[in-house]
Amino acid sequence: MSLVKLQGIRKSYGSNEVLKGIDLTVNEGQVVALIGRSGSGKSTLLRTINGLEEINGGALEVDGEMLRPGHTNLRALRMKVGMVFQQFNLFPHLSAIENVMLAPVVVKKQNKAEAREVAAACLAKVGLADKEKSYPDQLSGGQQQRVAIARALAMQPRVLLCDEITSALDPELVNEVLNVVRKLAEEGMTLILVTHEMRFARDVCDNLVFMHGGKIREQGEPEQLFAAPATAELSQFVGSVAFH
Amino acid sequence: MAYSFDFSAVFDYSDVLLQGILMTVQLTAVGTVFGVGLGIVGAAVMTSRSRILRVIVSAYVELIRNTPFLVQLFFIFFGLPALGFRLSAWEAASLAMVINLGAYSTEIIRAGIEATPKGQIEAGLSLGMNRVQVFRHIIISPAMQRIWPALSSQIVIVMLGSAVCSQIAAEELTYAANFIQSRNFRAFESYFVTTILYLALAIALRFVLKMVGNHMFKRRSHA
Ligand SMILES: Nc1ncnc2c1ncn2[C@@H]1O[C@H](COP(=O)(O)OP(=O)(O)O)[C@@H](O)[C@H]1O
Ligand SMILES: [Mg+2]
Repeated sequence: MSLVKLQGIRKSYGSNEVLKGIDLTVNEGQVVALIGRSGSGKSTLLRTINGLEEINGGALEVDGEMLRPGHTNLRALRMKVGMVFQQFNLFPHLSAIENVMLAPVVVKKQNKAEAREVAAACLAKVGLADKEKSYPDQLSGGQQQRVAIARALAMQPRVLLCDEITSALDPELVNEVLNVVRKLAEEGMTLILVTHEMRFARDVCDNLVFMHGGKIREQGEPEQLFAAPATAELSQFVGSVAFH
Repeated sequence: MAYSFDFSAVFDYSDVLLQGILMTVQLTAVGTVFGVGLGIVGAAVMTSRSRILRVIVSAYVELIRNTPFLVQLFFIFFGLPALGFRLSAWEAASLAMVINLGAYSTEIIRAGIEATPKGQIEAGLSLGMNRVQVFRHIIISPAMQRIWPALSSQIVIVMLGSAVCSQIAAEELTYAANFIQSRNFRAFESYFVTTILYLALAIALRFVLKMVGNHMFKRRSHA
């Protein structure tokens, strides 16, 4: 059923309106890709979904947790929404497993032994069981990003947001991260991804959302959207991106 | 004219020197522990969202950084009793050191906090942590690591500055030197020995701070 529901979301920076009324519904287990040119508002939209950006209008609901302008129970919202960033944003003073354990211990008050077990399982899931004790600067970009995914998973979110999580990686490291995301998708995790990996989007996503100028211009199944774009903007965009 | 040096005239008072060293070390230890603690709180406030608290703390920082330590010390020791707040020389000296280092370390630690990559803070928030939790678990340790060398230098400066506390008869190392040379009239020898002792204390303090830093920010070897 519908897990994430956005209604008329508006967001401005000063007089610059970046989100101009976004309606979007994501069902449980769906994998949705946000695509569009740089500056079209993809990151901003993703960031509103876990309350990193305040909204100026509209309403947002994740698994029964409501968010409206001025009304904020960010903590409750964020417990349900995990996020992975382009720049990994691992905590440099903590080892991989400590990075993953931190929030369960601090936020969920799990005891350390229990949290360590969960964290180890999460690291194993992203293929890093042997890197528990490594610090972020001892890991490759791809490994760091997988730790970041494990860190988000340890909080058992209902939905995971990924903002261009392979864009900062060397090309040969992209796949190890995408494979983890693919596995999560197969396991039924609800995912909302901003990505420039069009082949991945086509293969893995149920729904493609094309943003342009702060609005959703088109959405639908990937094959259909790529094959027959309804708008000039999308056909231009599709023409400009490589399917590697 | 040939001055004949007589260092034994100083070493006759080695127990006095030792007492002085001890008090200098104590003042420095108290000043450092509580001063840096105050600095962490001050820096947390300076980077918080409360405007009123920020104004209060920056007034404190500017007041201390733009007035002489000696005057701060006199104010605490001679001025405060007028308000019924009477302190021993040792207490006044300790308090002055804490307040002084607190102001400088607020500034230093604030710079370390402000260098935190914004993404790390957002990562913490997105995991459901509140601002205090983010500060405690994500921001402060790397911030302290970043500024530890600068903070160490400031701590050494404050240790050397504790010489001023002799002016309220706190019996630290400089007080001991003054006392000895007033007895043996051997000013050169007394202050020469004292100079060397301060130098040794400063070197030792730098070493200790380096060790403390290595321990606090230790990183296990490559896995
Ligand atoms: N913190 C901010 N302050 C002001 N403008 C911003 C901020 N973040 C993003 N913007 C603006 O919002 C628009 C959308 O940005 P963003 O959501 O990052 O786009 P995308 O992720 O699609 O590239 C851009 O024009 C950008 O300049
Ligand atoms: Mg973006």
